[in-house]
Order: sequence, then structure tokens, then C-alpha cells
Amino acid sequence: MKNTFSILLSFIFLIFLAACGNSGDKKDSGMMNTGDAAQKVYVAPGEYDEFYAFMSGGFSGQISVYGLPSGRLLKVIPVFSQDAEKGYGYNEETKPMLNTSYGFVPWDDAHHPELSQTDGVPDGRWIFINGNNTPRIARVDLTTFETTEIIEIPNSGGNHSSPFITENSEYVVAGTRFSVPFPQKDVPIDSYKENFKGALTYIKADEPGNMDVSFQILVPGYDYDLAHSGKGKSHGWTFFTTYNTEESHTLKEVNASQNDKDFIAAVNWKKAEEYLEQGKGKKMPSDYIHNYYDEETHTATSTEKKEVTVLIPSECPGLIYYLPTPKSPHGVDVDPTGEYIVGNGKLSADLTVHSFSKMLTAIENEEFEGEVDGIPILKLDAVSAGTVSSGGLGPLHTEFDGKGNAYTTFFISSEVVKWKLGTWEVLDRAPCYYSVGHLMIPGGDSKSPWGKYLVALNKITKDRYLPTGPEMNHSAQLYDISGDKMELILDFPTIGEPHYAQAIPADIVMENSKKIYPIEENKHPHAVKNEKDVRVERDGNVVRVYLTSIRSHFNPDNIEGIKVGDKVYFHLTNLEQDWDTPHGLSIMGARNAELLVMPGQTETLVWEPQKAGIYPFYCTDFCSALHQEMQGYIRVSPKGADVPIKWSLDGEE
Amino acid sequence: MKINSLIALVLMLIISACGGDSNHQKSEESSGEVQSMISEPEDPMENWQDNKGIGPVSSVELGEIDPEIAAEGQKLYEELCTACHKVNKKFIGPSPKGLLDRRTPEWAMNMMLNPEEMIQKDPIAKQLLIEANGAPMANQNLTRDQARKILEYIRTL
Repeated sequence: MKNTFSILLSFIFLIFLAACGNSGDKKDSGMMNTGDAAQKVYVAPGEYDEFYAFMSGGFSGQISVYGLPSGRLLKVIPVFSQDAEKGYGYNEETKPMLNTSYGFVPWDDAHHPELSQTDGVPDGRWIFINGNNTPRIARVDLTTFETTEIIEIPNSGGNHSSPFITENSEYVVAGTRFSVPFPQKDVPIDSYKENFKGALTYIKADEPGNMDVSFQILVPGYDYDLAHSGKGKSHGWTFFTTYNTEESHTLKEVNASQNDKDFIAAVNWKKAEEYLEQGKGKKMPSDYIHNYYDEETHTATSTEKKEVTVLIPSECPGLIYYLPTPKSPHGVDVDPTGEYIVGNGKLSADLTVHSFSKMLTAIENEEFEGEVDGIPILKLDAVSAGTVSSGGLGPLHTEFDGKGNAYTTFFISSEVVKWKLGTWEVLDRAPCYYSVGHLMIPGGDSKSPWGKYLVALNKITKDRYLPTGPEMNHSAQLYDISGDKMELILDFPTIGEPHYAQAIPADIVMENSKKIYPIEENKHPHAVKNEKDVRVERDGNVVRVYLTSIRSHFNPDNIEGIKVGDKVYFHLTNLEQDWDTPHGLSIMGARNAELLVMPGQTETLVWEPQKAGIYPFYCTDFCSALHQEMQGYIRVSPKGADVPIKWSLDGEE
Repeated sequence: MKINSLIALVLMLIISACGGDSNHQKSEESSGEVQSMISEPEDPMENWQDNKGIGPVSSVELGEIDPEIAAEGQKLYEELCTACHKVNKKFIGPSPKGLLDRRTPEWAMNMMLNPEEMIQKDPIAKQLLIEANGAPMANQNLTRDQARKILEYIRTL
């Protein structure tokens, strides 16, 4: 009896252990650490993340917004690519945003998001991003998280070293990664050395609606790869990395990697402003387009530009210098004090750090080792502050924690290396999974980083998540960098091929967030702000349907008198004035996307009906218990039929 | 017998150690809610004169109708309300005609200003939501001043 009792007891004890999740095992299997990490990234349901993180969508052309530390996806902001989810680039109001001098270009490769700054600190007003393929720069307004402005960059190919902003958002820059004839012309490709030129472009960025090419600097035909603007003592300067100083035009993998040293181009843009004032700028004919989305008319317009102002270095002494940098440098990053300029030689194992103060002295003493097209090349010894000998392979990018430390990614050896500014000593290294490109510390390229987290943006994801066929989403990895050692605390998948990211404390952005568009401020020329004004109008074969939506109906919801061959514009105004109550509109057979109209906004869908019949339309965004009933019918009659235009709701015409 | 009670004790221990408690508490709370729903009067429209609704408005003084304020209210009503309310018939929601013969002015303004909470908690608003086939009153983000103007217009109907 006693025996049975103790057997039973131990049996019950076992059940007890099993029911409570085997906590005794955790330590042995290293689960305790995982538990700690989980706690660090856990943001309880209903609670907010500490940071907004903005990641480029790479070849998706968009920006995706994540919360940190949770890694929750908050939003995808359409920028350079059509987005059927929101109607962006499909509706009549946003189509002009994708206009270029080549016509409508509904895709781009979005690389480097860059937050606006005031006094060198991210201020949460806007985020800029470059389109690499058909060179463009966009501004996203962070009160609405909508793209409000896109400017095309002329005389460029591959807008890669972009849009790294100046300290007070005076300019964003756009260096060309691929040199092309300037201006474009039909020449043999093997006349590269003779005909191809680079352009470093400065875009005025401090005033919404007025982004414009302020000036371009005509530079030798190298590849201008990445950039960063100076800050603090180096405010007024921008640094661009170059490769292909060989000026090769084929098999660049080999032929652009011959020289031991390439350059960092140091541009004194304050000096450029002086030269422009003195009239040293040359006007050159050029075709490019500026697009602006007006929040009051809810409509974008495109403006053609026909001219750029160009500065020629040989005519503008002191405008630009080359700093020799081994070897094929990729990232160029300026530390929070503005003193150190870190060049990451992607074919080197070491980092080359230049000193801004030494550079100024070297310029003063004319310590030059040569000159290209009127651009002096400074002596490496005269400008070098030190070298970080890391033992890693393929350094790409560096960010800073504001506590005197720098963090550099190594693509080939898949790791982040932490080192100390000034002593150049390596402090820690952490593996990435796998092939890390950019990294991001909130504010990590500004004067005041919030150095608590680091995000590694990895190119290869195999083995990290459940397989999803031959292609997987790229991977971001979050590290806690608040202690001496970096600690990996979260993996999360990202959209497209994210290149770079920016993050900012949530409260800076949140307090300015818009919840609705006030209906009384709606100045859309086809808005219906009063139910009395809903109507259908015919003008030749153009029919305009002035439609409203509110939970849970459209007005009108019965429309007749449309004919095959008509061009029908549905102007839908969402009369809601409540947060997070968009309404959609979709029409069977329309060769278009849906509309997704925010509260107080008007958007337009164009429909060219092909066949006679009855066509249902409905709201796509679940809005209330009666969402399903938010629908209507359109009657389409054959061409030449004499069915009159008619519209109604609930039988009332 | 002794063993059985021991098993029961240990089982209880397992349940409490594994967090069964919070569930228990929750079900008690929700049964409390059920209780209060049952105790509501059968016709929530009865005693409407005592119901000021739930929201920022606790008292409204009505004087002579001010035609200027009513005109401003009419403009707001036509822009923000007519999608769901028609003067001459029940549409999505009720006609506003004669509103103050069946609701207090405070209730009317709270319904305009705080519809989400009203349809969840106020017995009359809950009943109206059912009559509207579950179509909730949209929050049009009115200011208190705007709601007062619309009320003034409704008095003229």
C-alpha cells in the first residue's frame, strides 16, 4: 500500500512537471537566454513599440515600417511602385507621382531611407528615399505616412549615393553610381573615358512641394557609390565614395578592381553656394520631372523641368577634393562629432578612417599627390586618422552608438564588428545570418544616436525560417547593444531587399500623426462634400460619377445609362470623419486596382466598360457589420443605346 | 479515500500553478455583465426623460431657437449627417424630426459626440443599433460647439 502510494505520488509529480512546461530543462538547453531575449522584444498586445523603423523595400520600390523591438510590421508605404492594396499609382490622383521624363514608370529600386534632421538630429517630419534605377528621390510625410513628392535626377544612372541629408535638411544628395554621357548622347560604349561623366546632385529639401535640383557638380566618370553628409565641425561638407577610378566599362567585377586605392570625394557645398551666388553655375539643358501630391486637393501634379545649373570643379577651386581610400570603398560614414570619416574598402579587410581636421590642414598646406580634372587628390598620410584592423572580410557600412563606439558590417564574413573611435581597437564581434549589408542604429548616422538597438539587414535568409520555395524574404536581426557585448535578440523577415533603414523614437512621430483629412479642407475639384451633390454627368463619352461612401453604403448605388465606349470616372469621397475608417471601391472587370479612400479624402478610378451588362461594385475594406451589403450595381448598355443617365439610392433619384 | 483526496488536492495545485485562476476570474466578470443586462427595463425608451446618455454633455440649456445658429447647424447637418439621416423618413438611422419629444437634449448631443460608447452602454442607443440592423452611428469627430449647432437646427424641424 505504501509502495503504491509513493509510486502514485511520483507519477503525479511527473504530470505536474509536464503540465507546467518542463521549466527544469530550460537552463541545460540554453533556453534561459532565449527567454531573456524574448522578454526584451516582447511588446504586450495593445502596447506600443519604442521605435518606428523605416526599411527600404529594395526592389519592391516601397518603404516598410516596423516597430522596434517587436519587429511587428506596421505599414507598407508605397513610394516608387504601384500598390494595388492602396490604389497608389492606379488611381488618377496618384498616377502623376510615377511620372518621369521617360513617361509613367511604375517601379523602382528603393535603397536608402533618410529621416529629416534639425541640427543634426532626426526630427520625424519627413523621410526621404532614393529610387536607384530611374534616378529619383521621394519625400514621405510622416504625419500621414504618404509619399508627397518625387523628383527625378537628370544626367545620372543608378542614383545610389543618395539621399543622405545635411544637418538641417537643407539638401539631400544624389551621386550617380553609373556614369553616363552628360548630357546624354549616342556614343560608342568604348568611348567611356572620353564621353562618360559623373554627376553629384544637390536637391533642395527643406520646403515641402519645392524639391528641386539646386545644382550638379560635373565629376570624372567614376562610380559614386555611397555618401554621408558632414555634421558638427564638418557641417557644410558631403563625402561620396567612388570605385572604378579605372574608368572601365566592361567586366567591372574585375576591371573596376585594379587600383589599390579609390577615392572618397569631399564636397564643400557651402563653397558651392558661394560659387552659385557669384554666377559660376552654367545652365545646361536637361529633362526631368517633379511630382507633388497636394494634401488639400488630394491630387498629384507633375511639372517638367528643362534646365540644370552645373558647377565645373576646375573653375571652382576648393569645391571638391579626393581622399585616397583602399580598396573599392563602399560605405562612407561620419561619426557623431563630425571628425571621423570612415571608409569601408569592400575588397579590403581593414577600415580606413580619415580625420576631418587633418583634411582641412592638408588642404591649407596643399599636401596633394595629384589632380584629376581640376580635383586635387590629398595625400593619404596627411588625412588618415587611423586604421581598424579587424580581420573580417568585406567591410560595408558603419553606424555609431553615441558612446564613442562604431559598428561595422562585414559582408563576406557575415558579422558585425564593434570598435572604439580614436583607439581603433576591436571590442566585440557578433555573427549575422547571413551576408549582412547595411546596419542601422536608431539615429546611428546622426549627431545623437539612440544607441540601444542595432538592426542588421541580411541578404541571405536560408536556414532561418520555414522554407517558402526557392525565394525567401530577407532577414533583419535585432541586437541589444546597451551592454558591452552585442546580443542577438530577434530575427524577423522583411520585404523586398531592404538596403538601409532608419529608426526614431515613436513619440517624436506619434504626436504629429494625422487621423483623418478634415472634410471641410477637402479641395479636390471633384469632391462631393454634401449628399445633395451626388450625381452622374455625361459629357460626350466621358461620364463622371460623383459618389460618396459612409458605413455602410454608397450614394448612389444604382447607376444606369453607361454605355460601352464610355470613359467613366468614379470620383469617390469618403464622408467619414473617424480614424481608421477608409472605404474601398472595386468594379467587376475594371482594368485597374481598387480605390482605398481615407476619411475625408476623394479619389478617382477610371473604368472603360467593355461589354453590356450589369456590373456590381463594392467596398473592399471591411467597415461594419453591414460591410457585405456595401455594394451597388451599374448598368452598361450597348454603344449607341438610348438609355438615359440615371442614378438612385433607395429608389430616390 | 485518502488517496483520492490527495489526487484532487494535487490536481487543484496543478490548475492553480498553471494559471487557471485568471480564466476563472474573467468568467466571473462576464457573468456580472450578463446580470446587469438582465436587470435593464424591457423597454429602454421608457423613462427617456431621465436618460442624459453617456458622454461629455451633462446639461444643455435650451432657450428660444436662434435662427443664425440653426442655419449654421443646418449646413453641418447636410454635410456630415445626411448620408444616414433624412428629415422626412427613417433612412439608415432615424429621422431627426421631433427628436426632443423622445430624447433629452443631453442624450442627443452625447450620441453625436460619443457614439461608440453610447451604442455599447446606453440602453436607448443599444436598442437603436438593433433597429438600424447593426449599422453603427459614425463618429464624425464633431466639436461640442458643432453638435450644439446641429441640435439647434433639429429643433426647427
